[in-house]
Amino acid sequence: MSKIVKYLKSLTLKEIRQGMFLTQKYFFKRKFTVRYPEEKTPKSPRFRGLHALRRYPNGEERCIACKLCEAVCPAAAITIESEEREDGTRRTTRYDIDLFKCIYCGFCEESCPVDSIVETDIHEYHMETMDKKVITKEQLLAIGDMYEEQIADAREQDKKYR
Amino acid sequence: MMETVIYLAWTMAKILAIVLSVILVVAYLTYFERKVIGFMHSRIGPNRVGFLGFKLRGIGQPFADVLKLLTKEIIFPRKANKFLFVIAPMITLATAFAAWAVIPFSDGLVLADVNAGLIYVLAMTSLGVYGVIIAGWASNSKYALLGALRSAAQIISYEIAMGFALVGVIVAAGTLNLSGIVEGQQGGILNWYFIPLFPLFLVYYISGVAETNRLPFDVAEGESEIVAGFHVEYSGAAFALFFLGEYANMILISALATLMFLGGWYSPFWGDGWLAQPNILWFIAKTAIFLYVYFWLRATLPRYRYDQIMRLGWKVFIPITIAWIFVAAILKVYQIGPWF
Repeated sequence: MSKIVKYLKSLTLKEIRQGMFLTQKYFFKRKFTVRYPEEKTPKSPRFRGLHALRRYPNGEERCIACKLCEAVCPAAAITIESEEREDGTRRTTRYDIDLFKCIYCGFCEESCPVDSIVETDIHEYHMETMDKKVITKEQLLAIGDMYEEQIADAREQDKKYR
Repeated sequence: MMETVIYLAWTMAKILAIVLSVILVVAYLTYFERKVIGFMHSRIGPNRVGFLGFKLRGIGQPFADVLKLLTKEIIFPRKANKFLFVIAPMITLATAFAAWAVIPFSDGLVLADVNAGLIYVLAMTSLGVYGVIIAGWASNSKYALLGALRSAAQIISYEIAMGFALVGVIVAAGTLNLSGIVEGQQGGILNWYFIPLFPLFLVYYISGVAETNRLPFDVAEGESEIVAGFHVEYSGAAFALFFLGEYANMILISALATLMFLGGWYSPFWGDGWLAQPNILWFIAKTAIFLYVYFWLRATLPRYRYDQIMRLGWKVFIPITIAWIFVAAILKVYQIGPWF
């Protein structure tokens, strides 16, 4: 008896009809597509994108060339050289990040004792030639100057979880 | 002499009109397919390419695709038989277009009103399988050959069920002329043949899906198993021809289902109102429904296993059709209903 019922079910395409009703239902549902350049998904304050070097409010660069970031970097993407400045403080003369090596893990930011190297939420950037993949100290500082407001805001939002 | 020239020119113009409209419909069918499947996946589908800087919900996508395909290089595989390699997509496309010659779009709107129209259509769609087989063999590729073998076996198996399903229609209509078959269904939705021949209608449409190698019967392509089947080695314009042929065949199957089971250009309403008038728009609308079902099936069902396909064709469809031909014959002998 159950065999006949099963046979009739398959002959009347029962399960295929159920499946097709389901897909038809989804046809009318809300679509999840984000139309990317016009619409963007919200980003977390913890987003790890392009790097930046910050300054103190008086304009002095934060980095003291302790080279902790260079040491902790798992991809060996950071290269630092340092010298003594005229006022007797140790400062970097060279601070290069190879963006092709970088894996955006955020360890450099975590290791930094003076909150100098940070990762901003910029993620839509590109280089037109291979040699542009290494960003220098000047570029990093410029990014920091340009996006200081956003960097500070993101750090403020995330402060109580650090 | 002059009359012959005019007649020939007029016929050529008609052929051109049919071929161009089929190509245009194919182009927008790809867009329609991507939209429908996208919507069923909760996506929105192509929405970027438009005209003159306006996106218009991606309405320029088919033209972008065509231009891309036509500018690509045609690659000939090493040791491929070049002559057959080139001729195969042409066979597929030519047979797909040739079958359109006898399709009546509306009352009297038909290129060749031949008496054996149905047989001609069957012959043409069967010839299409040669394109597939030759393509698979000439490519000198194991995937292409496997795809061609699968496709040939599948098309031959389903052709039988399809032919039997059409025998039911022939019994009901008493003619092989496609216009004659449609005229037998005059007078509202209740006079259409899909009511007395419902099992044959389903068998015909499902066999049609299998004939055109569309999902869920697309083992001939089977991306996850044999890459792209018989057209794995084709690129550029040659691939575009296969693509065009496949979609033209889909429209053909839908149009035939409309003509034979859903009363062609006749309105589903009865009486004398303006909605009850026969019109080509009814034909187009009914064909569009079948095309939608093609994509609906594709979005719903996974690919059949090969032995399941063979079982369905030989052990389910053929017995059903043979049994229902008897039913149709009995209905015909006793003149039952408005259909016979």
